Amino acid sequence: MAKIDVIMPQLGESLTEGTIIKWHKKPGDKVKKDETLLEISTDKVDSEIPSPTTGVVTRLLFAEQATVAVREVIAEIDTDASAKAESGPPAAKPSPAKGSKPAASVPAAPQPATPAPSPSPAASSPSPADAAKGRFYSPLVLNIARTEGIPMQELETVPGTGEGGRVSKKDLQAYLVARKSGGQMPAPGPAFGGAPPPPPEHSPAPAAPRIESMLKPVDGGELAKKFPQPGHEIRQMSNILMKMSEHMVRSVHTSPHVFAVHECDMTNVDMVRRRNAGAFQKREGFKLTYTPFICDAIVRAIKEFPLVNSQVEGDKIVIKKFINLGMAVASENGLIVPVIKNAEEKNFVGIARAINDLATRARTKRLTPSDIEGGSFTVTNYGVFGTMVGLPIINQPQVAILGTGSIEKRAVVIDDAIAIRSMAYFTLAFDHRILDGALGGSFMEAVVRNLESYDRNQVV
Amino acid sequence: MAMLTYIEAINEGLRDEMRLDPTVFLLGEDIGAYGGAFKATKGLLEEFGADRVIDTVLAEGAIIGAATGSALAGLKPVAEMQFSDFVSNGFNQLVNVTAKYHYRNFIPVPMVVRLPSGGGIRGGPFHSANTEAWFFHTPGLKLVAPSTPYDAKGLIRAAIREPNPVLYFEYKYLYRHIKSEVPDGDYEVPIGAADIKRTGSDITVITYGTGVHWSLEAAETLSREGVEVEVLDLRTLMPFDRKAVLSSVEKTGKVLIVHEANLTGGVGAELSAFIGAEAFRHLDAPVRRLASPDTPVPYAPPLEDAFLPNAQKTAEALRSLAAY
Repeated sequence: MAKIDVIMPQLGESLTEGTIIKWHKKPGDKVKKDETLLEISTDKVDSEIPSPTTGVVTRLLFAEQATVAVREVIAEIDTDASAKAESGPPAAKPSPAKGSKPAASVPAAPQPATPAPSPSPAASSPSPADAAKGRFYSPLVLNIARTEGIPMQELETVPGTGEGGRVSKKDLQAYLVARKSGGQMPAPGPAFGGAPPPPPEHSPAPAAPRIESMLKPVDGGELAKKFPQPGHEIRQMSNILMKMSEHMVRSVHTSPHVFAVHECDMTNVDMVRRRNAGAFQKREGFKLTYTPFICDAIVRAIKEFPLVNSQVEGDKIVIKKFINLGMAVASENGLIVPVIKNAEEKNFVGIARAINDLATRARTKRLTPSDIEGGSFTVTNYGVFGTMVGLPIINQPQVAILGTGSIEKRAVVIDDAIAIRSMAYFTLAFDHRILDGALGGSFMEAVVRNLESYDRNQVV
Repeated sequence: MAMLTYIEAINEGLRDEMRLDPTVFLLGEDIGAYGGAFKATKGLLEEFGADRVIDTVLAEGAIIGAATGSALAGLKPVAEMQFSDFVSNGFNQLVNVTAKYHYRNFIPVPMVVRLPSGGGIRGGPFHSANTEAWFFHTPGLKLVAPSTPYDAKGLIRAAIREPNPVLYFEYKYLYRHIKSEVPDGDYEVPIGAADIKRTGSDITVITYGTGVHWSLEAAETLSREGVEVEVLDLRTLMPFDRKAVLSSVEKTGKVLIVHEANLTGGVGAELSAFIGAEAFRHLDAPVRRLASPDTPVPYAPPLEDAFLPNAQKTAEALRSLAAY
C-alpha cells in the first residue's frame, strides 16, 4: 500500500504559507492525477492545486479556511486503493467508508453525512460561476443589481469580500465603477489599468483601497507600554506588507536611485483613444484605456535602449532579450505586480488584450503564481490617485521603473502660442550603477516621442 | 449661550417654563427643600415657592395620580420619580389612567414624568433600571430620551408644552459627565425628531441616551479603521422618527441598534422589525442589536462594567457588521 503525502505547495518565492479555501475531494473520494484536489489562497493569488497522483483520498489534515505553512502535509492519498477501486467499488479498508464520521484528528472532511458523489472520469473542476451558485445575496445587493441591469449570471462572477465571501454593497459598487471605467480595475481597488479620469469630464479619482482596514489590531505587549492607548493603536503588518517593506528597503540599499521626470503631451493619444473607443469595444469586448498606449510606447523604447531591461550580477550585466512588463496594481491586500509576458512579441492590440486579461483575472482573484513572476521592467500608475509627479522605487532585480502621473489639461506653449493640452509627468527611476542620466533621459525621450507621435487618425 | 451640564440644562429648562407659564408646577419626593436626590430641582423652591414645588409622600402611585388629576383640571404638572425603577409603584395610574384618559373621555392630560434612568453609577438592581420598554408598549404615552444638555433643555420644554402625557427619561450617568453649549433663549427640540449626531456612509447606529456617547466614541475608532459610521440619536422613542431612520438605512444599508436597556423586547426590537418591514430592499446585512443582557443590573462594579454596553463593545459590533 503506497500512501502519498500531499504538501502545501510554495506558490511564489516570497510566500511562506497558504490558506485552504476549498477541498474538492473528501476522504473516500477517488482522485485522478492532475485533477483539482483543492483551492489555495495566498497573499498574492488564488490557485487550484492538482492532485499529485491517482488514488483515493484517505485523509484531509486541515479544514477549509486553515492557514498552513508551505511544505506541511495537508492530505494523504492511497495509490493502492485506487487500483482496487478501478477494478471494483471502493472497498478500500483504510479509507473511511462513505458516510462514516471522520476521526477526531481529521478536522477537514466536509459534509461527512452526505454520500460521496461518484467521480466520473469526465468530471472537471467547477467554474467560478458554479462555485458562486447558491451564494447569498442581500436584498440591497439584488436591488442594486436589478437597477443596474446586472443579470444573475454576471452577479455570480462578482468577487465578494464580505463574511464567507459574500458580495457586499461595497463589492458590487466597486465592481460597477470598474465596469463603467473600462473593466480594467480589479475590484474593489483601482489598478494600473484603470483609465485616468479623461478630460474634460473629470470624474473623481477612485478611492484608494483602505489597506489599514485589513490590518488586525494586536496587543502590542512591550510596545504598548511605549505607545499607550488611547493615543496609539498597534496593528500587525500583514505578510504582504512585511514583504513589501523588506523588498523596498533592500531595493533602496541595492540601487542608487536617480530620477528623470519628463513631460508628455497625451492629447493625440487621447484623441485616438476616443475616436476608436466604440469600434474597439465592439471588436475586442473591453474598453480602450490609456494603459496599452503607454505600455506599447515603453516596449518600443526598451527595444531602442535594451540596457534598461537588464539586471546586475556582480560585475556583469544580464541584458534580457525578452520584455516582461510588470504593472503595479493596488489591490485590497496591497501591492501586486502582474506581468505581461513577452511584450516585445505583441502588437498594440496584443498588449491591450494581455492587460485586460491580467486585470480581469486580478479582479476575480484568478491570477496564478507565474502571472506575477519574471518581470524585467515595471510600470506604475499613481496618476489614478491624483499624483502628478512620483518617485517610484525600483522593483529588484530590475534596473528601472517608469511611473505615470495624472493626465491633466494644462496651458502649454506651442510655437509661441498658448494651447490647452492633456499633459502628464512621467518619471523614470533608474539604477545609477549601470544607467546614467544620458541614457535615462534618452529612454524617456523615446517613450514621450512614441506617445506624442500618434497620428490622430490612426486606427487601433 | 452658557456651558451647562446635562442636569443643569434640565434645571434651567424647568425654571424657564415655570417662569413662562404659571400653570406649570413640580411634584416629587424631596424635590423642594432638598433640591431633589440629584439636585435637578435645586433652587426652584426658593424661586417659585412651596405651592409650585411640592414635596410629596413616598408613594409614586399618589404622585402620578395627583399629577394626572391636576392635568385633567388644566394644570401642567411635572412629576419626578426619584429613580426610574420606582415608577413601577405608579404603574397602574400611568398605564390605566394617564395613558387612556384622552382616549376614553376626550380630555387631554398635559403632564410630564421625569425618570432618572440607567446604570454606571454603582446603583445596583433597584436604582439603575432603564424602564422605557414597559411604556414604549403602552399606547397613549410619548417617550423622550435626551443625550446632550442641548437636547435635555429643548426636550423638557417641548414635553411640558405637549398636550399628551410625556415620559422624560434622563440619564443619571450623564448628569455631570457631559457639558455643552446651551442657548439662553426660548427654544424647543421638537418631539418626534431624531438628530444625526455624526454622518457616515457605511453603517448606521440607531441609539439614544447614554448609547449616543458610546456610539460616537466607537464611530471615531472605526473611522480610523476606514469605516464611516452614522450615529442617529432618536431623542424621541415614541413616536420615533421613521423618516430619519429610513433615510439613514437607505444610505448605509447596515444597521446597529444600541441601547442600555436589556435586549429582549426592547426599543431595538421594534426598530429592527420596522426596518425589516419598511427597508428590506435596502438592507445589506441583518439588523443587529447591542444591549445589556437580560438580567437585573448587578451591584458589584466589575459585574456592572461587564453588564453595560460601552464604546469598545459598540466598536466590536460595528467591526463585525462592517466585515459582513
